[in-house]
Amino acid sequence: MSTTTFEKAPAGPVSDPQPRSGRPPRRGERRPLRAALLHGGLAVASLIALAPVAWLFFLSLGPDKDDYLHPGKILGKLSFSNYSFVLENTGFFDWFKSTMIVALGTTLIGVFVAATTGYAVSRMRFPGYKQLMWVLLLTQAFPIAILIVPMYEIFGQLGLIDTYWALIVINCTTAVPYSAWLLKGYFDTIPFEIDEAGRVDGLTPFGTFFRLILPLARPGLAVAAFYNFITAVSEVAFATTFMLDDSKYTFAVGLQTFVSQHDAQWNYMAATAVLIAIPVSVFFYVVQKNLVTGLTAGGTKG
Amino acid sequence: MTVAIDRATGKRRGDRAPRPGLVQRVKNGYQKHWYAYVMIAPVVIVLGVLVGYPLVRGIYLTLTDANSLNSARTIGVNHIDATYKFIGLDNYTDILFGPTAYDRFWSHFLWTVFWTAACVALHYTIGLGLALMLNEKLRGRTFYRLLLVLPWAVPTFVTVFSWRIMLADSGVLNQVLGALHLPQPQWLEDTFWQRFAAIMVNTWCGVPFMMLSLLGGLQSIDSSLYEAAEMDGANAWQRFRHVTLPGLRAVSSTVVLLGVIWTFNQFAIIFLLFGPTGAPDAQILVTWAYFLGFGQQPRDFAQSAAYGVLLLSILTVFTSFYFRWLKRNDQLAV
Repeated sequence: MSTTTFEKAPAGPVSDPQPRSGRPPRRGERRPLRAALLHGGLAVASLIALAPVAWLFFLSLGPDKDDYLHPGKILGKLSFSNYSFVLENTGFFDWFKSTMIVALGTTLIGVFVAATTGYAVSRMRFPGYKQLMWVLLLTQAFPIAILIVPMYEIFGQLGLIDTYWALIVINCTTAVPYSAWLLKGYFDTIPFEIDEAGRVDGLTPFGTFFRLILPLARPGLAVAAFYNFITAVSEVAFATTFMLDDSKYTFAVGLQTFVSQHDAQWNYMAATAVLIAIPVSVFFYVVQKNLVTGLTAGGTKG
Repeated sequence: MTVAIDRATGKRRGDRAPRPGLVQRVKNGYQKHWYAYVMIAPVVIVLGVLVGYPLVRGIYLTLTDANSLNSARTIGVNHIDATYKFIGLDNYTDILFGPTAYDRFWSHFLWTVFWTAACVALHYTIGLGLALMLNEKLRGRTFYRLLLVLPWAVPTFVTVFSWRIMLADSGVLNQVLGALHLPQPQWLEDTFWQRFAAIMVNTWCGVPFMMLSLLGGLQSIDSSLYEAAEMDGANAWQRFRHVTLPGLRAVSSTVVLLGVIWTFNQFAIIFLLFGPTGAPDAQILVTWAYFLGFGQQPRDFAQSAAYGVLLLSILTVFTSFYFRWLKRNDQLAV
């Protein structure tokens, strides 16, 4: 790829020593304006990124359900009453438990399974390799509409409707293919000499994978874990359809109960939403340092 | 890249040398590759059982008139067997060419295509712009990055509800617009503004992923290429056009494809933004199919699945063409 880049880079202007009009010849000289523009742009973008979440937090402090219509009035009566109501009188802790079981289950199983697959497709060329890569990509394209009815039947027959396993397994089917792609890219960046060294020292292929490669692949694993976790927490359609018992609702389903056709309790909803965002943000904060490195490898190596 | 992969320990020269008999080949292949197969087995089994089988079953359903009244179900202790029957391709002809085909399928199809194109274009351009800014040497860029990734870190359903409050008739957005003496659109009622709002919210949700992926791509471009280009007198635009963009090709082609697939099938945003029954004209094909299968009584399983098959076919065709196009341009990263 770098060769094409070199070919395409224009070689013509070498013979043109004059700096262009209005353009300082060296980078350093236009720093201040440039930096101001950059800071301005990034600040505006950050503000837009932050606003809906911040607004939600602000509304969660207003005690009445119509406060969102008169946000000015909230300032005079800030309180945490919504939070205490949600924590004491709703299924919040049940929902929290369900969501964590489903999300952490998906993360653990999904990352492990995706890692072995990613390693296999990164290091080994076996018959069926191309087909596997193609299937992994294509499963991303599966619309829920085609799967949800048959899955409902299958899980019904297996007695898995209304169980956490159903959601964990379903979330894995959507998260694992992409995680495997991502991890393949990451494994590709780990020198193959390491595998060879491990093999020379008498490790089996599995031993090489577990003892040498997995510890080196931590940033990639972190991104995959984050992706799995987020996918599982955010999943709406299957959770809405498959979880019938309200003590097993995940947050995605539970939150909808505040906003029915007849009664929209936005204040409780806002408080719950903020409470949900906290564990997810903590998880995010833990893995964020690895995000760019992990995605880089996944992205550039496809 | 390819060089590195060719050195893979699993790859042996002997793979393609003389071809022994079939049994021997299977045996050799098994001995050579058994650990690869063990490693991919969980994924293959799970995908086979949970995607492959439902797919076959779903395709079968589309050839019947299954709905919630004639499917197998259990009411209390009574088990009622399925009574739906095989009706061939009637569902497809009805969806594509039936009397309500335009209202139900084609209008949603056009909107879905527009929605996908608009969202992915916005995701990509905004994501690239922010990635370029974050890639500059700048004080506090880690902080900016943290803030900018926030929309991705907070679960979609939380932020969509937040948007719903902000977009409500007298929500904060309209209050601000009113204070500025600007028109206050009916975001959640008027078809045009519903669509506008859907694209806006999806853009907001989808930019961080693009931004981070492209930022990763930018960081992997060799900085000596920029120095070389600068020595050659290339201006900022030329450097961007001839160094940055080619350097991002591999990552771009991947994220754009994923972006198209994900946006085309984006369920949560539209479903939650307008509620299960609101905004019939802003539904994309996926949410519309879900409505047919689960949002109405009686539930029309067969038509819902038929929509699913159509969606999958559209995406498969698109992906094949996309790959062919990438291959022709030698941009393929796989």
